Amino acid sequence: MTTSTLPFGAWQAWRAEAASTARKLLANPLTAVGVAIIAVLLAVALFAPWIATHAPLRQDLAAALQPPGAAHWLGTDEFGRDVFSRLVHGTRITLFIVTLVTVVVGPLGMAVGVVSGYFGGRVDMLCMRVADIFLSFPSLVLALAFVAALGPGLDHAVLAIALTAWPAIARLARAEALTLRQSDFIVAAQLQGASHLRVLCRHLAPLCLPSVLVRLTMNMASVVLTAAGLGFLGLGAQPPLPEWGSMISEGRRYMLDSWWTVAAPGAAILAVSMAFNLLGDGLNDALDPRQAS
Amino acid sequence: MTIEPPLLTVRGLQVAYGTPVAPVPVVHGVSFDLGREKVAVVGESGSGKTTVGRALLRLLPRQARIDAEQLTFDGIDLRHARESDMEALRGRRLSMIMQDPKYSLNPVMSIGRQIGEAVQRGGQVSRAECAERVEALLARVHIREPRRVAGQYPHEVSGGMGQRVMIAMMLAQRPQLLIADEPTSALDVSVRQEVLALLDELVAEQGLALLFISHDLHLVRNFCDRVLVMYAGRIVETLAAADLAQARHPYTRGLMASLPSLRHRRAVLPVLQRDAAWSAA
Amino acid sequence: MKARWMRGGVSAALALLGLLLLTFMIGRVMPLDPVLAIVGPDADRATYEQVHHQLGLDRPLWVQFGRYLGDLAQGDLGHALLTGRPVTEDLARVLPATVELATLAILLGALLGVPLGVWAASHHKRLPDHLARVLGLLGHSTPVFWFGMMGLLVFYAWLGWAGGIGRIGLGYEGTIPRVTGLMLVDTLLAGDMAAFRSALRHLLLPACVLGLHSMAYLSRMTRSFMLAQLSQEYITTARVKGLSRRRVVWGHAFLNIRVQLLTILALAYGGLLEGAVLVETVFGWPGFGSYLTSSLLLGDMNAVMGSVLVIGLLFVALNLTADALYRVFDPRARA
Repeated sequence: MTTSTLPFGAWQAWRAEAASTARKLLANPLTAVGVAIIAVLLAVALFAPWIATHAPLRQDLAAALQPPGAAHWLGTDEFGRDVFSRLVHGTRITLFIVTLVTVVVGPLGMAVGVVSGYFGGRVDMLCMRVADIFLSFPSLVLALAFVAALGPGLDHAVLAIALTAWPAIARLARAEALTLRQSDFIVAAQLQGASHLRVLCRHLAPLCLPSVLVRLTMNMASVVLTAAGLGFLGLGAQPPLPEWGSMISEGRRYMLDSWWTVAAPGAAILAVSMAFNLLGDGLNDALDPRQAS
Repeated sequence: MTIEPPLLTVRGLQVAYGTPVAPVPVVHGVSFDLGREKVAVVGESGSGKTTVGRALLRLLPRQARIDAEQLTFDGIDLRHARESDMEALRGRRLSMIMQDPKYSLNPVMSIGRQIGEAVQRGGQVSRAECAERVEALLARVHIREPRRVAGQYPHEVSGGMGQRVMIAMMLAQRPQLLIADEPTSALDVSVRQEVLALLDELVAEQGLALLFISHDLHLVRNFCDRVLVMYAGRIVETLAAADLAQARHPYTRGLMASLPSLRHRRAVLPVLQRDAAWSAA
Repeated sequence: MKARWMRGGVSAALALLGLLLLTFMIGRVMPLDPVLAIVGPDADRATYEQVHHQLGLDRPLWVQFGRYLGDLAQGDLGHALLTGRPVTEDLARVLPATVELATLAILLGALLGVPLGVWAASHHKRLPDHLARVLGLLGHSTPVFWFGMMGLLVFYAWLGWAGGIGRIGLGYEGTIPRVTGLMLVDTLLAGDMAAFRSALRHLLLPACVLGLHSMAYLSRMTRSFMLAQLSQEYITTARVKGLSRRRVVWGHAFLNIRVQLLTILALAYGGLLEGAVLVETVFGWPGFGSYLTSSLLLGDMNAVMGSVLVIGLLFVALNLTADALYRVFDPRARA
């Protein structure tokens, strides 16, 4: 028989649950790989100036389009800039985009979704109609439209991506809220005189959080891809910023002879996107009560 | 008493999940014989009765580990049979009918086609002949308008009819042993007796060995010849159905005592008091 | 039944209207001035005012939108800035190219993805499952434009197997009379086998690239659907009947997911549009995706609105198709 110490309160219970989820996560080898890659991404972004061998914006036309070698680990681009260093500094941009989008989309999507699901009726119909219109476009096309309207630039790209990502989160939060709003404990809170705001914030929202978090994590992968796509079309971070998508776009002209200018940033995008997908998948499996392994 | 040797011999059957280091036994030390008779396996939920049935057909999930001292069917050692051998046996010599036709029949295939699959296993027959045989099978289980029913889908027929379809389908290949896994539990009480009567008829006609899994002691009392009572994965008592009133094991006695009766007035039904000793037998 | 169709139709029309309104609003926010695009930066004030009035830009917003809707009802989508031709003509020119690409892409994606998903599900938690999952994940995480470029590098530049940029070899450009707009069909109709082969070589690589995402998505969904089916009771019944493993998987479980598969196929087809925008850019494919991108970048409102309408109609059509197919394949839905 195993003895277990029962948690004293909500905080302890939450911590125990988080610890067991983390353990389950890391037990899966694929997920562990994903977590490792993200950890590397974070570390590289944090210590970019020290990890990079050259300044990312420094041009050296004499050494343009050099293949990978001792001096330049991943070669140089058409302006003689070191590809490796640009890649390393690009992690900061990628991380910036992913974080900002998540920070905007998470609360916004949840707020709209929870309110919509809780109140129902006209509010719900209106919110979901708006969400549907956004959802009926593939996200890249919509982001494209927004950036085209707002003008190219990193911030506008972030905003555009966020505007395309919130409906999915809202839908998810709404579904959860719809299921939960009939629950007895919600009714109990209301009977005790809790205002709508209180019920929403203290009771409903925390319960919708796990599935929203999983979705947000899985979303991060597609955010990376959309951002890269926008960068490729010249609508994201503007040159000379070392954003991976725009690096591919710039390297395109010389791709046939200097494949490293395109291969390296693309591989980076692939690795990061894959890592987020692995993590999201792993989280999904770990948090899904039906899939007890 | 059966004169010929038993069709099925089971000794020390054990089914466990989990890892070899930390196994979780679900069925433990089950032993019985089955001849051309109707034997009931009775127990509550979680007693392992369904597991026994599925273990015989090797239809448990991959994580289940089946061991036995002896597991012989008509001279064939089932313990080491390969999956291809089991496939050959299933349907043709061993068969099973399941609880709820709503779930156990393929919802997007017509009834005739599903029974036809069983018919076709006996060898390639022409479509016309297959249809004829299907209709004959449906008529045998007392379904009126067999042709119409053959063209219908499972969701279009009632529970009782669906169970008859199931019986027709599973007896199409003329097996020797039939396992009935709670065949009447999902049916209305009024329909139960009809289905049981049908089973009785067919078992007698085809000389089947029947293993009847149920949680309803009262039902099996009148229907079966012998009763195996299971608790927590073990058989705690084996006795003839006629002798149930004189059961000796306290669990069996407790079950019998909990049955309401039309004849005797009972103000309070006794609650079964479980003893940990029963699961350690 | 009729009521359902009508309600669906009204709902779809409303969604389309909302879409158009949204696009219209975005268009008005754009920093690009359509008048300037027509008259050029050196035009004097009078000309500017004249064109401004001609385009109706001095009227209130809702009037402008109303005018647009009115024109729309008559099948007039306005003129595109880039080509100067009617938008309808432009769309008729670019759509077949994308349809050809997308159809082949989804076929490839389905032919590879669905069996992969079935295979993974029937060997749940064993090697094939893990392998399929990793493959699916790779497909899902690869930036499609980069994959296209690598494909060109390897299969065109290094190996010479695939054709390069464009729909057909330079030598055949303009020699094939345009009948359907689908290059494969047109070359066959013209009887030019060499041109057909060239068109095929140019179509295969972008179709494979575009199909990659679909393959990943379809294999993942198929696996998920199959797993749900394989744990059902009727599967046990089929096994009790003594049917072979293959028969059980394909003849019983797969039969039950056909409907869901068709639904997601329809959705996946719509989702190809996203990839098409990028793939067409990489391969110089003169299709709808490139048209949309250049119209957006130019601020060509008529072209953009027309394209949005097409996208909206496409999605509505796909949803309706999926709905109809549901009715055909699932006997329970016919009630």
